[in-house]
Amino acid sequence: MENINAKYVSQKISKTRWRLVSQSSLQQPDIFATGSWDNEVNKISFWSIGNHGSSDMDDGFERDPQLLCEYKHDGDVLDLQFLDQDRIVTTSSTGAVTIFRHHQNSQTISVSQRWPRAHHYPCDNAPCTGVVCSSPEIVTVGEDGKIIILRADQEGVIRVIENADSSTIHAVTYLRTTEILTVNSIGQLKLWDFRQQSNAPSQILSLSGDRVPLHCVDRHPNQQHIVATGGQDGMLCVWDVRQGSTPFSIMEAHSAEMWEVHFHPTNPDHLFTCSEDGSLLHWETSTHSDMPSFLQGGRNNSMTSRSAMAPAGGNQSLINAWLSGDSSKGRLETTHMLPSQTLSVNSLDVLGQCLVCGTDGEAIFVNRQVPV
Amino acid sequence: MEEVDVEPAVTNIPAASDGKHLGFAWGPGDILVYETLYKASNAKGSCSSFINEVRKDEDIYSPILRKLFNESHHIFVGLQTIREDLPSKNKKPQFVSISKNYRSVIRACMEELQQVAVSTKDAEIATQYGNQVSILLAIELIWNLCEVLFIDAAPAGSLLLHLLDWVRLHKSDVDEKAREVLQSESPAEHHDYWDVVLSYVLQGRLEEARQMLVKQATLQPAARNMYKLMDTLLSKMPFYNPGGTQTLTDFDVKWRHWHDEVNRCLQDNSFASNQHLEILCKILVGDEDTLLDHKDLLSTWYHFLVTRLLFCHPTVKPTELHYYAQSCMTMFLDLRSVPEPLDNILLAAFEFDIHQVIKDCSIALNNWWFVAHLTDLLDHCKLLQSHNLHFGSNLREFLLLEYASGLFTHHSLWQLAVDYFDHCPEFGRVYLELQIERVPLDTERKALKVLRICEQRQMSEQVRSICKIMAMRALRNNRLGSALSWSIRAKDAAFATLISERFLQDYCTRGTFSDLDLIDNLGSAMLLSDRLTFLGKYREFHKLYGEKRFSKAAKLLLSLMTAKIAPRSFWMTLLTDALPLLEQKQVIFSADQTHELMFCLEELTSSLNASDKPPQDEDIELTKVELLRLALARNLAMAIIKEGTVEA
Repeated sequence: MENINAKYVSQKISKTRWRLVSQSSLQQPDIFATGSWDNEVNKISFWSIGNHGSSDMDDGFERDPQLLCEYKHDGDVLDLQFLDQDRIVTTSSTGAVTIFRHHQNSQTISVSQRWPRAHHYPCDNAPCTGVVCSSPEIVTVGEDGKIIILRADQEGVIRVIENADSSTIHAVTYLRTTEILTVNSIGQLKLWDFRQQSNAPSQILSLSGDRVPLHCVDRHPNQQHIVATGGQDGMLCVWDVRQGSTPFSIMEAHSAEMWEVHFHPTNPDHLFTCSEDGSLLHWETSTHSDMPSFLQGGRNNSMTSRSAMAPAGGNQSLINAWLSGDSSKGRLETTHMLPSQTLSVNSLDVLGQCLVCGTDGEAIFVNRQVPV
Repeated sequence: MEEVDVEPAVTNIPAASDGKHLGFAWGPGDILVYETLYKASNAKGSCSSFINEVRKDEDIYSPILRKLFNESHHIFVGLQTIREDLPSKNKKPQFVSISKNYRSVIRACMEELQQVAVSTKDAEIATQYGNQVSILLAIELIWNLCEVLFIDAAPAGSLLLHLLDWVRLHKSDVDEKAREVLQSESPAEHHDYWDVVLSYVLQGRLEEARQMLVKQATLQPAARNMYKLMDTLLSKMPFYNPGGTQTLTDFDVKWRHWHDEVNRCLQDNSFASNQHLEILCKILVGDEDTLLDHKDLLSTWYHFLVTRLLFCHPTVKPTELHYYAQSCMTMFLDLRSVPEPLDNILLAAFEFDIHQVIKDCSIALNNWWFVAHLTDLLDHCKLLQSHNLHFGSNLREFLLLEYASGLFTHHSLWQLAVDYFDHCPEFGRVYLELQIERVPLDTERKALKVLRICEQRQMSEQVRSICKIMAMRALRNNRLGSALSWSIRAKDAAFATLISERFLQDYCTRGTFSDLDLIDNLGSAMLLSDRLTFLGKYREFHKLYGEKRFSKAAKLLLSLMTAKIAPRSFWMTLLTDALPLLEQKQVIFSADQTHELMFCLEELTSSLNASDKPPQDEDIELTKVELLRLALARNLAMAIIKEGTVEA
């Protein structure tokens, strides 16, 4: 916890996201964006943690994140995703979806595209709860139960799936380029295949009978069939969407709503969750042997029975640590990453060795030395 | 009614003109004021159409002070969790460190305000922030003194050391001046040189004073011996060491010895030839007139007090403080007319009158933050036990409730207030119950957060009300699925029934169910209301029928009527649904089941006879009944034959 740096920012933070770093370089991220909620005037803000240059000057002494620029946001920021290096998509409690452009030379922000009432009811606002994008495509979901597909370069709406859900859709993620997964407030995961013209999900998975609302979802970065979700009861579920319609494993994580779950993008044996109970957990799973996972993959390939049963595809026969068994055997380690506090941790993002999270206590926490 | 302590401040409502009548409504933190239509019968003139909001506590809207509220909230919660059963000896260091945490938060906030005030171009903001800085300065000054006197409760000897620290911390302009002097080309000739030396001595920073004096001594080789003597006097001045083995009496003897020595030097005019050193020497013996000659360097009466104690009464006991404080204040302020509120507050603190301190602070300061947190801390130190208010429960709770109510009126800080209410044992819950229901809910996420607060505290009434608000909103937007989910969460049977009816109506008009993903997954939630159970079961019937599992479907359909799950108004639909099953080639309803169906039909028609529907509908209804009767009779015949055949 000594690596954690807290900064009070006078606004409740609903979302934090690192700006993407180009994949070829091994650079650590240095800029992140935040969105606020519940304020009279909400904002999106860009912050720098200043890794450039200063690192050799004051080693050990870490600077506070510095505000680069901010911009007024209409309504609560409910979700935030970087579209590319300069553009960020926000969704609002007013139902609007906005693309902001961050001009890094002048440190200013401008609106580059806006769909004011993307989600709406006939005579009321319908909050847009989640967004996922793979440039230029943007997929949004909302309390109105609609899935909307937009393109960053087009003004109109590409496609709307009306009545995609009878209850609120809380989060969305890509499974493949044409397939998305949504989670809703009655504990279901729905798979949608955009190649199909029908407006029905291609598959529905659910927690048996409990109807516990799911609030967040993240896909394993390398293995597209593995998905982690977090729900109202604070449970972490890991699913294999190829097999069965119930979760592969359920782990007790938090004592209140889990707001976000993220696999580490490059080291997916690590997973991070944050919750309304004010905690942020780091989950680490280790495979039984010390062998690196690519060697294990090779071993499994040689087992003819297994590879015969497994669906075609190179890396899919690799046993994934998250699916390889239950947490009770102690192969799963969890660590608290924040000093004790009572107010909700609404959002987290992790990239490289850097983690950022934002709370209802109006603080941003940055950790630059996440042990991954 | 009790008399008021001070005249209340007057707030002018800009929109209201003279002679108009104002109406008002109380809010938890604010007042709404509006102009009424009251006027003389034939007087003309329009009425202002504005409603003015009068805020009691402007500070919570300051973006920088919000950091103070958030950070101190964290400290407050930590303080509440200190275990009651620890021996008080172990608790004291904890309380002191908590008090220091509060102060460091105040300081951080102050520094930021200062920075903004300096860097801003807007003069109005600069003054506003400047004012806030001076308020925070006063707050920190009072808090620090309270920490020394009440929380740390230092005994004689260490008391003075703490008071010295207190004065040094709040009179830090000396350091700035010293830096200026030292950075000049020849410090000893700087015009502020002697001011700095004197200020150091007045604050008891003798080491620094000596270092400064060395610079002067080197310039005046003729007066070398005089400077050397002064240096010896300064270096020999004893300070009490609370950690050491020395007793207070030992220290006192040593100090008196030193004091006599200084006095001797003064008597035999050792410093007569150097006016500055003479003054220094007079200060060292604690000469009141000399001290008072340097009011500009002391700047406040409490600095004077501490300096006087340092050079006259270093072993002052806490109980004697008030005597010296009072006299110092009178001596220092004789030219000025009245003491300011801050002076009175500090004096009350020196008199150990905690309640007066809190009362005066409440009146003088424009926010509740300070008094609420200080009182809470003092209460934990068991310093407020004897006091009871004749309203509310006790002083601590009263102030915390005021502060928290103020927070709750803020659109964003309301979440902080919850923890404060939690730690008010008597009225906290009632306050929370009344306030939490009134939080505006724009999104489901916010509603979920509010619900979590209520559920954690078993506030079932509020849970119901919030869910109902959300369910109503969903219903208004024709989101039946969401509405049903909310009423299931609230376990609100009546509302679930209402929504189930809507689902059934929709089915009757459209012939298909909407929101199948929800209805198919009701599970045990189905049991919440009879109508919901029926909805779920009826949908199950359609599923079975769709899957061509006819006999199961038939059995379910019949049981819906015989077990009285289906509302009577829906029986005709159910019987109509039975028609295709009756018309199937194979026999699905057994003879017994067919009898029961017939019985249901008769029961329905006999009750329908008295209806007054338009003749056209009646005709359709009659045809339906005829059709049903025919189908039932034919099915009965087939069933009897089939059952007879099997038996044979």
